Formats: sequence, structure tokens, C-alpha cells
Amino acid sequence: MSTQITLPRYEGSFGRRLALALRTPGGAVFVLAAVLLVAIVVSNPNFADPGSLIRFAGRTAPIAIAAMGQYYVIVSGEFDLSMAAVIAAQVVLAGNFIGQDEARILPGLVVMFAVGTLIGLINGLATTILKVPSFIVTLGMMLALTGLVRYVTGGAATGNPSDAFRNIGRGGVEGVPVVGIIPYSLLILLVLAALAVWLMRRPFGRSIVAVGDNAEAARYAGTAVWWLKTRAFILSSLSATVAGILLVGYAGVHPSVGSGYEFAAITAVVIGGVVLGGGRGWVLSAAAGAFALELLFLLLTSLGVASTWRSTVQGVIIIVAVALAGRTWRATRRPRRRGGVAPSTPPPPPSPPRAQRQETSDA
Amino acid sequence: MSIAVRPGRTISSTTIVFAVLVLAIVAGTIITAVNGRNFFSVGNIDNVLTTMTILGLIAVGQTLVILVGSLDLSVPFVVSLASVTAGGIMAGQTGRILPAVLVTLLIAAVIGLANGLIVSYLHVHGFIATLGTGLILAGYLASNFEGNQGAAPRAFRLLDATRIGPVPIATLIMLGCALLAILMLRRTRLGHHIYAVGGHAEVARMSGVRTATPIIAAHVICTVLSAVAGLLLLARLGVGQPTVGSQGGYDLMSIAAVVLGGTLLSGGKGNIVGTLAGVAIFAVLDNVMGVMQLNPFLKDVVRGVVIVVAVAVYARREIDRRPARFGSASPIPQEVR
Repeated sequence: MSTQITLPRYEGSFGRRLALALRTPGGAVFVLAAVLLVAIVVSNPNFADPGSLIRFAGRTAPIAIAAMGQYYVIVSGEFDLSMAAVIAAQVVLAGNFIGQDEARILPGLVVMFAVGTLIGLINGLATTILKVPSFIVTLGMMLALTGLVRYVTGGAATGNPSDAFRNIGRGGVEGVPVVGIIPYSLLILLVLAALAVWLMRRPFGRSIVAVGDNAEAARYAGTAVWWLKTRAFILSSLSATVAGILLVGYAGVHPSVGSGYEFAAITAVVIGGVVLGGGRGWVLSAAAGAFALELLFLLLTSLGVASTWRSTVQGVIIIVAVALAGRTWRATRRPRRRGGVAPSTPPPPPSPPRAQRQETSDA
Repeated sequence: MSIAVRPGRTISSTTIVFAVLVLAIVAGTIITAVNGRNFFSVGNIDNVLTTMTILGLIAVGQTLVILVGSLDLSVPFVVSLASVTAGGIMAGQTGRILPAVLVTLLIAAVIGLANGLIVSYLHVHGFIATLGTGLILAGYLASNFEGNQGAAPRAFRLLDATRIGPVPIATLIMLGCALLAILMLRRTRLGHHIYAVGGHAEVARMSGVRTATPIIAAHVICTVLSAVAGLLLLARLGVGQPTVGSQGGYDLMSIAAVVLGGTLLSGGKGNIVGTLAGVAIFAVLDNVMGVMQLNPFLKDVVRGVVIVVAVAVYARREIDRRPARFGSASPIPQEVR
């Protein structure tokens, strides 16, 4: 792999790279989100108020965090259907373990993260060591966790965590000029997004994309595929745990909190241009996909469309997004392989085109 | 080459599924007997068969879709749509049964056609395509229907109530559809093409198979069978319900039943008989848990564990057998050339 040193890190100017990145599905989602934002502000000028914008961002943070967690699993070529069940389980755990006792918040958080890690570990090991398709593993985990949560709670809202704990999801840094309040959930999202970008530039991130693209090749290259995928599942259920902690603040403790999140997170990831089956896509595009989806719902609301039509629009969007993304990925891939696209410096054949594109979209 | 290998594999795979089913029945018989009841009593067998009917129909269609390398997540909404459409058209009048059934099946076929076209021509992953059409239907159902719709006339309700011996007519319809699907897979060109495309779409295409046809056909058959399931639910409940499909969780449960039956989730390998056994395993499990008066929420826990453990048993075998198919001599590319 000594040839890597000779590769140019970037091609072209910053503006050219940005323009190229925005033309990939992973970049186009940012344009889509911006267009939707403008449309909302035009249809409802009240929304242009920075305060309401930032509160919207805070409300969307849990789903964006869940989407970034789902991203790791999807980019490695697997599925995680257990996300909603993990959120529900963590919410109920928080409600019952922490309760009104503020001294138990910290141990409570430790327990929740431990449970999240354990669930991810089980999902990952069952997928990689037992060779059960992840669709089935996480479906089984979803059934088991949902059943367990409903059994423990009797299907009704139980437990009420202390206000200090709920404040993680509800509260924020107050007294900020212009916007008024910065929700903690938004800050957590920003920290996690920064960590995600850092992680995806680490060997872990590079190899997980490689595993998703071609697990066999990655294995021959010396990657421990089973441990990589297991870590992806752990990251996914830990993200669901964080989303659950934030949702306790917004929604309270009920076994149905988080229902629908598994498909919502997959939808967000897919709108973000990440390819199901793995190996393609950027982590922040997944988060942007979540924002685009929520913005779309908000636009429908401000246009006065009945909320029951939401899922129809979501269905149309997801099909169109994937059809277009597939077309674009195919179109951008072929010329690069034959080395005909960049006239100045033709990319060397063995270099994975994906890695290069990621460099550009990172900018 | 693959034809020569397939029978041995299929028998062995299906054998395990049936071994698990027999194990479940034996365990069920013992547990039922301990609770002072007879598992093989007419009432109990009837219960098991009724449980099997709806999921069985959908799972047969799902098997075809999975075999061809796709998935169908839109089935619960097709079931609901069929139930409210047929219920609305029938409106309690016997004379309208036939048009209602025909219109419902036609609508379902159109939805299946849309699924198939999106998957085959737009190259959208079946998971996303059918999740999308499912969401579209969900929005339509939620926006236009609230509460029960229409009514099934008595003659139509007899479909569910009539029994030949201990076997409900509805179950016979399910088994008839399954038999047709088995014949289609084994005897027709379409059936062989379904296996070919599911096994390796690109190789199938280079071998001269039109890959779109089997994909579209599998999706159409799947939604039509789901609509039949919706009609049978209408016959059972007497009214059309817009949430009857999503409440049943038929999308994920049918996929679980198919995989439990030994069909590879990635397509190309599996059969209907295994799927029926998978559905039967679920039905026996449900029945036994009902006899034990297990908390309904704990039932889901047991189901989840059984799915993963059972599939883990087959999955290990698939790995062992995989090299036989794509041997080191790699005969497939040579055939293509």
C-alpha cells in the first residue's frame, strides 16, 4: 500500500470540489434541505425567526442522531431494525431506574449505555458469528425488546424520571443573543456529528466503508470484518440510547416512544444518499437526510396538508431519492473507472473512487 | 450444474425445517397435555390452521419475492386496502361479491406491478421500493378511511365459517395457492427464471433471461396473494378495517416465516414447502403459548428468540454449502463465455 503516499489528497480547487460533492447524492441532500428551508420560510415567514429555527433543530436532533447510528450499520452492508425498540427500552429503563432520585442520574446513564452496548454486541455477534442475516437478527431483537418493554410496563406509561434528567432533552443553554436558547439536544448532535466525521476518517471509518463495499476483499486485506460490523451495531444501539435519553425530555416515558424510528432512520439515511447494501455515502449526509425529512413534514404542515398524508409523501420521496441516487452513483462511477473524467490528473486505477469522493465531500 | 446440485440441498434444508416443526408439535403436545388438554382435538387443530391461513398466504407470496432477490414490505397495507375496498364495494349485498373480489385483486395487481417496475426498471432496492409504496398506501388509508368500512354479506362470510372436516375452506384456499406457486416454481419457465435472477441477476441476464419479468411477476403474485389474505380477513371479521394489516405485522412476520422456512434472504435458494413449515412453526408456537396462558407481550419475546435461534441453525449450514455452489473452478463465468 505504499502507492497511497503518491496519491494527491485533493484534486482541483475548493470550489470545484464543493461543486462536485454537491452533485453526488450525499451532497445533494444538503441542497434539498436548504431548498425546503427556503420554501418553508416563504410559505410561513414566522419560521424565519432564529428562535423557532433553533427549536426545530433541537426537536429534530434525536432522529438525526438515530440516523447517524443507522448509517454505520447500513454503510457496513447491514440493517438495524431494532432501533425503535432500543429507544423504547431505554426510555422505560430511565423512567423506572432513575425515577425521581436525582442522585441516580449518573448511575442510570451508565446502566443505559451498558445496556445499549450489550444490545449492539448481541446484534453484531449474532450477525457476524452466527451468520444470521442482520435483518432477521434485529427483527428478533425488536420483537424481544418490544415484548419485554410491554411486559414490564403493562403497555402503559410508567415511571417519571426527575426533571433534571428530562432537562437533557428539553432544556438548553439560555440567554444566548439572537436565538434565545440553544437546546442541549442540538449541542449533543453537533458533538456527535463532529465525532462521527472524525471516526469516519479514522481507520475504523475507512475500513467499515470498505467492508460494506466488498466484505470479501476487505477480509483478504486483513480486516477483522466481524469485529468491525459488531462495532457498527454497538454504535447504532448507543445512538438509539442517546436518542432515547433526549426523547424522554420531549415525550416522557411510554413504551410507544420511538415507534417508527427504525424506518424513519433508514429513510433519513437513504435520503442522505447512503446506498443500502453498504459501501457508499457520508455520515453527515445521513443526518442531513433526517433534517430534510423533518423539514418536508414541516412544509406540509405549513401548507395545510393533513398529517395523515405525511407517510404518502415520505413514500414518494424515498423511492424518488433512491432511484435518483442510484442513477447518479452509477453515472459518476463508470467514467472514473475508465479514467476519463479528470483531464488534468487521471485518477490511478487501483484507488477506490469512493474514498476520493469522500475527501472532497468532507471539505 | 446448479440443477444437478439443487435437489440434494433442497431436501436437506427442508428436512431441518420439518424436524423443527415436528419438535415444536411434540413439545406442544406435551405442554398441552400437561395443561390437561389435547393438542390434536378438533378445536385446537382448527385454531392452528386458522392462525396459519392469513400469514401462510402472504408468506407464499413473500417467498417468491425473496427468491427473486427482492422484499415486500407493502403487504400489510395491501391487506388493509383489500379489506376496505372489498368491504366497501360489497356493502352487504350478495350480488356484489364477484365484482368486489375482481376489483380488489385488480388493484392489488396494479400495486404489485408498480413495485415490480420500480425494482426492475428504476433499480431501487426492493426494501426501499416496497417501504415507499407501503407508506404511500398507509397515507392513503389513513386519510380516507376511519373505522370500519362496508360489510361482507353472509354468503361471503361463509368462506371463513365453513369447514370440510376440521379444515376451514380459507385454509384450503391458502393451500391451493401454495400448491399453484410450488407448481409454478418447479414446472414453469417463470419459476426457473425466478431462481436464476435471485441467484445472480447479472449472470441470469448474461444467460439471456429477461430479468425484469420474473421480478415483476413475483411482486404481482405477492400483492395479489396479500389481497386474497385481506379478503379472507374481511370474511372473518365481516367488516373492512383500514388497520387490519398493519396490526398483524404481516410484513416482518412473513419475512421471518420465509427465512425460518430455510429460504435465503438474499434470494435464489429456498422453497414454498419450507415456508409453509415456517408458518406452521409460528402457528404451533402461538397456540401452545395460548394454552399456557402466557402473557401476550412475552409471546413476542419468545417469537423473537425462536426466529434468531432457528435461523442461526440453518445459517451455519448455508455457509458450509456455499463453496459447493461457486466452486473454486468457477464454472459459471465459463458457461457464460
